[in-house]
Amino acid sequence: MKDCIYLDNNATTKVDEEVLAAMLPYLTLYYGNPSSMHTFGGQVKQVINTAREQIASLLGAEVSEIVFTSCGTEGDNAAIRAALAAQPDKRHIVTTAVEHPAVLNLCKKLEKEGYRVTYLSVNGQGQLDLDELEASLTGGTALVSVMYANNETGVVFPIERIGQIVKEYGAVFHVDAVQAVGKIPMNMKNSTIDLLTLSGHKLHAPKGIGALYVRRGVRFRPLLIGGHQERGRRAGTENVPAIVALGKAAALAEQHLVNIDQEQRLRDRLESNLLSLIPDTVVNGHPRERLPNTTNIGFKYIEGEAILLSLNQYGICASSGSACTSGSLEPSHVLRALGLPYSVLHGSIRFSLSRYTTEKEIDRVLEVMPGVITRLRALSPFNSDDAGWLQEQEKAVMSLAG
Amino acid sequence: MWDYTNKVMDLFYNPKNQGTITEERAGEKVVTGEVGSIACGDALRLHLKIDEATQRIVDAKFQTFGCASAIASSSALTEMLIGKTLDEAMQITNRDIADFLGGLPEEKMHCSVMGQEALEAAIYGYKGIALDHHEGDDEGALICTCFSVTDAKIKRVIRENKLTTAEQVTNYVKAGGGCSSCLAEIDDILEEIAREQETALEVAQAVAIKKEKNPEILAVKNLTNLQKITLIQQVLEEEIKPLLISDGGDVELYDVEGDRVQVKLKGACGSCESSTITLKHGIEARLRERVSPELVVLSV
Repeated sequence: MKDCIYLDNNATTKVDEEVLAAMLPYLTLYYGNPSSMHTFGGQVKQVINTAREQIASLLGAEVSEIVFTSCGTEGDNAAIRAALAAQPDKRHIVTTAVEHPAVLNLCKKLEKEGYRVTYLSVNGQGQLDLDELEASLTGGTALVSVMYANNETGVVFPIERIGQIVKEYGAVFHVDAVQAVGKIPMNMKNSTIDLLTLSGHKLHAPKGIGALYVRRGVRFRPLLIGGHQERGRRAGTENVPAIVALGKAAALAEQHLVNIDQEQRLRDRLESNLLSLIPDTVVNGHPRERLPNTTNIGFKYIEGEAILLSLNQYGICASSGSACTSGSLEPSHVLRALGLPYSVLHGSIRFSLSRYTTEKEIDRVLEVMPGVITRLRALSPFNSDDAGWLQEQEKAVMSLAG
Repeated sequence: MWDYTNKVMDLFYNPKNQGTITEERAGEKVVTGEVGSIACGDALRLHLKIDEATQRIVDAKFQTFGCASAIASSSALTEMLIGKTLDEAMQITNRDIADFLGGLPEEKMHCSVMGQEALEAAIYGYKGIALDHHEGDDEGALICTCFSVTDAKIKRVIRENKLTTAEQVTNYVKAGGGCSSCLAEIDDILEEIAREQETALEVAQAVAIKKEKNPEILAVKNLTNLQKITLIQQVLEEEIKPLLISDGGDVELYDVEGDRVQVKLKGACGSCESSTITLKHGIEARLRERVSPELVVLSV
């Protein structure tokens, strides 16, 4: 399958053609090692610096503050481990209940290693309570790790307000901005962020490349131990073609930021029409404090995998937080943290757009979706709130959850 | 993406027998079996129309909340059921449903288990047997609180599908798939069943040796206590239970003291006037023949 309506850009994105063109010569012609003592290798060192400049420009950072990594997960792990290693006396971490597994599962591991971790809750619209944050902080808090924007709901956290509170308590502030970079303008020069993770394949660079912003002056100990690459902050021979690609992708993302309203307009067109065309449909997450490209919609009384496979028949790609699609038996931890009723939770679908999404594609989804939902609801024993069975269960489950 | 067979995808896109059955003519009865829950993310409501004279399923329909494999399993089940007698239908296992679909991914086997359970619920409903939830009952202690799975259900799926690991149990009945705190208990149950099966094998070997030496004697003496109990359990499960269930009853081994076998009669048997006859002529006679002529069966 080649042609499809790709509305799963929070999962991964297509490599921009300009990005591909920029990286290809470094796979074919200029394959040297930047650490080499000959011109053939040395010349690629310069393009790495160019890429670093391009990323620094997108983030409003200094060139020396950018460290290349292999992916978002590595960035998160390196940042969190570095912050902890630099403050061995502080054994407390604050994060949120809705982080990506790269942060959440690492924090669970750190609990086993003796750290105390506070997982901040979110409200029904996926937002943090800053009073809860403040109450959780102590002088012993080493690190606060909060995502910029949530991958599933698109909800954006008030990062600078959080950062101001964090700074009052002297903790290091890490932000997983994998979903936000290229969608929200950023300027590290006026920021409270100490460490920031980004990933290439979410912004039209290939998979296998990412970067970490490390504020000048922040103590950093590398995760990977080896050579002196990246000023000793990330050992391993540079992935030159991917670094060139990430640089180009960052430059294109910066250009595109002025047109981000276009994505938002298409997202809103999709969302408002789905809500008006299909009954018993709700938006998950705050309606305004959100990424411009993401909408997470709960189609009540049906299950997400069935919706996705039905859409797949029409070549439409989206994703779901349902239990059946997760590979585990539990529905998405993010949607559960919002406290959504199960009738909404299992039938939630995320559509995430990109700058390539067209109005025609959105209209095609709007054409197909009502039929898909009607068919599955006709199959479901819970096809309305009148289903006594459903109501009883819902009540029982919610009361158990407290 | 899951590796579904073409049959699964076909039945998901074009399911057979979806809907409900409302019409009921004289001599027919419509029953419904419900399993699953919205919390678990899958649920099935199975409707059967039964011809009372022939005890045959003349129509079957389903309503399913769930993923593609849950919908396909439900559709498959209805196709398998139409035309079968209740006794034949009771023989259907989750494995049969999965086979009908050309197989299911391991992680999705619980969809076929759901089909088998809805079928059982519907037939029990028809026979007027209340499905007990085994609350406070040793046989049915709640193991997985996340998905409300009892040890009775776990044991059954282990036996019927020859499961050997806790991961498989999770794939089949979801137990252990939530907070995972019951995985150790599931390991214990697996071990218990493995030991049980070893004992059963030893008994079978002992019986075979005895038969060889004294062909005229079918029953076996000189079994250890454990072997005797296992053999009684095996005869009850494999030979007596199916007969009783087809008559709307059920039986459970309560205790064995020497030659006194105490059983619990359940369902229709519990209240049936002929339960003493069932006890003496049905269960006792069979156990005497298969285990030991000295056995006395009592109801508790």
